[in-house]
Amino acid sequence: MAAPMLRGRCLGRCWALACIDSGSRHGRGAATGFTSSGKRGQSFVAQQPLLTAQKSRKGEHKWAAVVGLEIHAQIASNSKLFSGSQVHFAAPPNSLVSFFDASLPGTLPVLNRRCVEAAVMTGLALNCHINKKSLFDRKHYFYADLPAGYQITQQRLPIAVNGSLAYSVCVGKKWRQVITKTVRIKQIQLEQDSGKSLHDELRSQTLIDLNRAEGQLRVDANISVHHPGEPLGVRTEVKNLNSARFLARAIDYEIQRQINELENGCEILNETRSFDYKLGCTVPMRDKEGKQDYRFMPEPNLPPLLLYDTASLPAGADPQQVINIDRIREQLPELPSETREKLIQQYGILPEHSFALLNEVGLLEFFQNVIKETRAEPKKVTSWVLNIFLGFLKQRNLAVNESPVTPSVLAELLNLLDRKVISSAAAKQVFEELWRSKGKTPSQIVSERKLELMQDEEALERVCHAVMEGHPQVVMDMKRGNPRAINKLIGLVRKVTHNRADPTVIKEILEKQLSS
Amino acid sequence: MLGRTLQEVSAALKQGQITPVELCQKCLSLIKKTKFLNAYITISEEVALKQAEESEKRYKKGHSLGALDGIPVAVKDNFSTSGIETTCASNMLKGYVPPYNATVVQRLLDQGAVLMGKTNLDEFAMGSGSTDGVFGPVKNPWSYSKQYREKRKQKPHGENEDSNWLITGGSSGGSAAAVSAFTCFAALGSDTGGSTRNPAAHCGIVGFKPSYGLVSRHGLIPLVNSMDVPGILTRCVDDAATVLGVLAGHDPKDSTTIQDPGKPFMLSSLTDVSKLCIGIPKEYLVPELSSEVRSFWSKAANLFESEGAKVIEVSLPHTSYSIVCYHVLCTSEVASNMARFDGLEYGHRCDIDVSTEAMYAATRREGFNDVVRGRILAGNFFLLKENYANYFIKAQKVRRLIANDFVNVFNSGVDVLLTPTTLSEAVPYLEFIKEDNRTRSAQDDIFTQAVNMAGLPARQPEQPGRQVVEHVVETVPGDVKNAQKQ
Repeated sequence: MAAPMLRGRCLGRCWALACIDSGSRHGRGAATGFTSSGKRGQSFVAQQPLLTAQKSRKGEHKWAAVVGLEIHAQIASNSKLFSGSQVHFAAPPNSLVSFFDASLPGTLPVLNRRCVEAAVMTGLALNCHINKKSLFDRKHYFYADLPAGYQITQQRLPIAVNGSLAYSVCVGKKWRQVITKTVRIKQIQLEQDSGKSLHDELRSQTLIDLNRAEGQLRVDANISVHHPGEPLGVRTEVKNLNSARFLARAIDYEIQRQINELENGCEILNETRSFDYKLGCTVPMRDKEGKQDYRFMPEPNLPPLLLYDTASLPAGADPQQVINIDRIREQLPELPSETREKLIQQYGILPEHSFALLNEVGLLEFFQNVIKETRAEPKKVTSWVLNIFLGFLKQRNLAVNESPVTPSVLAELLNLLDRKVISSAAAKQVFEELWRSKGKTPSQIVSERKLELMQDEEALERVCHAVMEGHPQVVMDMKRGNPRAINKLIGLVRKVTHNRADPTVIKEILEKQLSS
Repeated sequence: MLGRTLQEVSAALKQGQITPVELCQKCLSLIKKTKFLNAYITISEEVALKQAEESEKRYKKGHSLGALDGIPVAVKDNFSTSGIETTCASNMLKGYVPPYNATVVQRLLDQGAVLMGKTNLDEFAMGSGSTDGVFGPVKNPWSYSKQYREKRKQKPHGENEDSNWLITGGSSGGSAAAVSAFTCFAALGSDTGGSTRNPAAHCGIVGFKPSYGLVSRHGLIPLVNSMDVPGILTRCVDDAATVLGVLAGHDPKDSTTIQDPGKPFMLSSLTDVSKLCIGIPKEYLVPELSSEVRSFWSKAANLFESEGAKVIEVSLPHTSYSIVCYHVLCTSEVASNMARFDGLEYGHRCDIDVSTEAMYAATRREGFNDVVRGRILAGNFFLLKENYANYFIKAQKVRRLIANDFVNVFNSGVDVLLTPTTLSEAVPYLEFIKEDNRTRSAQDDIFTQAVNMAGLPARQPEQPGRQVVEHVVETVPGDVKNAQKQ
């Protein structure tokens, strides 16, 4: 039928266990005091008697939130999961619908091999146990975008279970500190996607597109709050979130909403909500009343899905007809965790930087190309790529492959810096120029703007001396221990030297001259 | 000519004794004459004549496609036929014209068969009388036989001559009547709990239910996906074998078919049964069995024994649970399969447009008859979370036990089982409708549906040389290859 989907369920107890001081939460700031306040919450419960929500005063109790994510990811395949029809992004409505997709009576599902392989690959990449036998089920509900009146999914026995994913979280002041966390993957299952419905309020109509190639990644979040040590609270489901940013905002909002409700003595309903992007809040979904009984039933038209490994492969099996898990494992590309580990070993960079390098498409390759062509230390390269280069990209909303600065160019710049031809400040200036005007090399810009560092140390010493002589008041401030005074002097020296002196060296000379 | 078997008329076509167009016209004319039987819902006259012309061209060139080339056939109206209305005898699909052919239909057409029309059935194949479709009931051709009319004259009722007509049985009654009345040489039916064998018995013809997975269900509008099979109705066993040879084999569009590709096969002309072991299941000797059927059953067993076969009593201990087990599983799958009929993509849609839910409800109430709706409700009940373990899972376990009963018997040296198909002969319609569909199904399916649950092949053979309205016994082979000609 539909575009093939992988559904992963992460149980986020480890992930989003944010002990929150009610009232002190703003947006992403929840991460502040992540681990430490968790511990505080724990000990708090142990030492003092628990008050019920109704009797508590606001702000007195610690809350723990539990978040589970259901991720719907469309498999990259040429045709759909159960029907032969094609998958194409942004095709005209209902132009890619086979008889099965339209649920014409008498049509039957036929499993797409590529989708199964993709599911196995995903399971292996997420450290899951691959079930050698998995089953398909029907999940029944009536909705206009579900022509058969049921969705084929894997509820009883999915294709992969019990996996994990390591990721980085920014904590601490200004999120400078990065720690590694692990989230559990409960299961991965193959399932049909439903169609798309567009509501035409004007004509009181709903238009249905059964192509099912939209929404390549969708997340539903299940959220509840409770006091640590107590049983889990009632959960709500927030559906159809399409970006990481909105996902985070929706979860944060919902956690706070639930806390507020409970502290005001209200109950949390086990309901489905959607996220209003404009208002930044979750709202109940009108068309879901009460809990649905999906009347799960085995899908009788699809026999159990059997997968093999090299050991269990039947003799003389047609390779076209069987899937070998070991073969798929061999074909897996290097996984991010492996790449990150290699980076850390090879270049001595920090773990959090290894995450950052892999999180942006093309950035790792850019980084590696720069490293190849420069003698500068990897730490320096990392810093330039992650802070300055990436910063420029983000400001201008560009992807790595849209950067006007190529790895060679940046490497050349870093070489100049490394040879101390220019100062750090000058290098930044050059970089800005490189970004604006293509075609010029760093060396060209340096000589055009006369940014070479003064090599003559004696001349610099004379300038420093002269500046100090010319500003006795500032010198007095310096002597009194005012830290800002020296910066003023440095600034003056730089002016005189047209910024061609390294501020670090200036500072050294000034301090030396002052003490003498 | 029309009274001949498929193989005989195929030979006649080859020899030029008759042309495909002549044959087709004769059948069409007979269909019109026997319209009162109500066996056909749609008569595809234009299509048939065109196909007959094509066939004639092939015969003239000497390039006939095979035994089915130019042969008039009929197809039960729950098989999808491209460009020809497919209704399942339901208001829900009145006017629905599918854009594709069911695999079995395509395979027949690829062999040059000529499609006379779509035959009548119980709505969505739910029933054992072919009386509950929206186009009215099918009349058993034997109601108009000399024997039956003479029998009726002995009991003066003084009513209208036609009021005491007999049912065909169901749910493939239209196909059975079409074959039995000589309007075609083979017909497709479907069999979920006996729907091919039951009407075959009542109409005095051969009804064959293949093993589950042997013949593709792609395009067969499903009743119970895990039990449905396409069925074959013909006037003799050899004809059924011919048709099976064309239909059987792997279909990539149906994931529940066997992997082997099909190939034609012929029944052995061997009439030596001395190596055969025939089992008589003792649980099938129920008090409701009519004396006539019981005597037939004995006669058949004795016939085999006298020809040298070993005839023994066997036990299928879980037989008494099969009706309830079948009903739980059948209604559950029905509830699921009928969920797609919501009036949105195809078929009937009501006039209400207040809300989607209101539209669904009205469409389904108007589109389905009581029988269908009753089964949907029952099925949904069994599938509720709180009931699933107690009903559906339990029924699946019992189903396994029933299937194992057969496995055990066939593993103990028995080749074939010999049982009745129906409790009694075909009854008059007026008597049949005294009980509701559910009761009738429960009664009439008793000998046939265990076989569906076990996925086994079974055949309702015609009674050679007899022209009376009696159902006959059915044989359940342990292995299709061992099917013997009677």
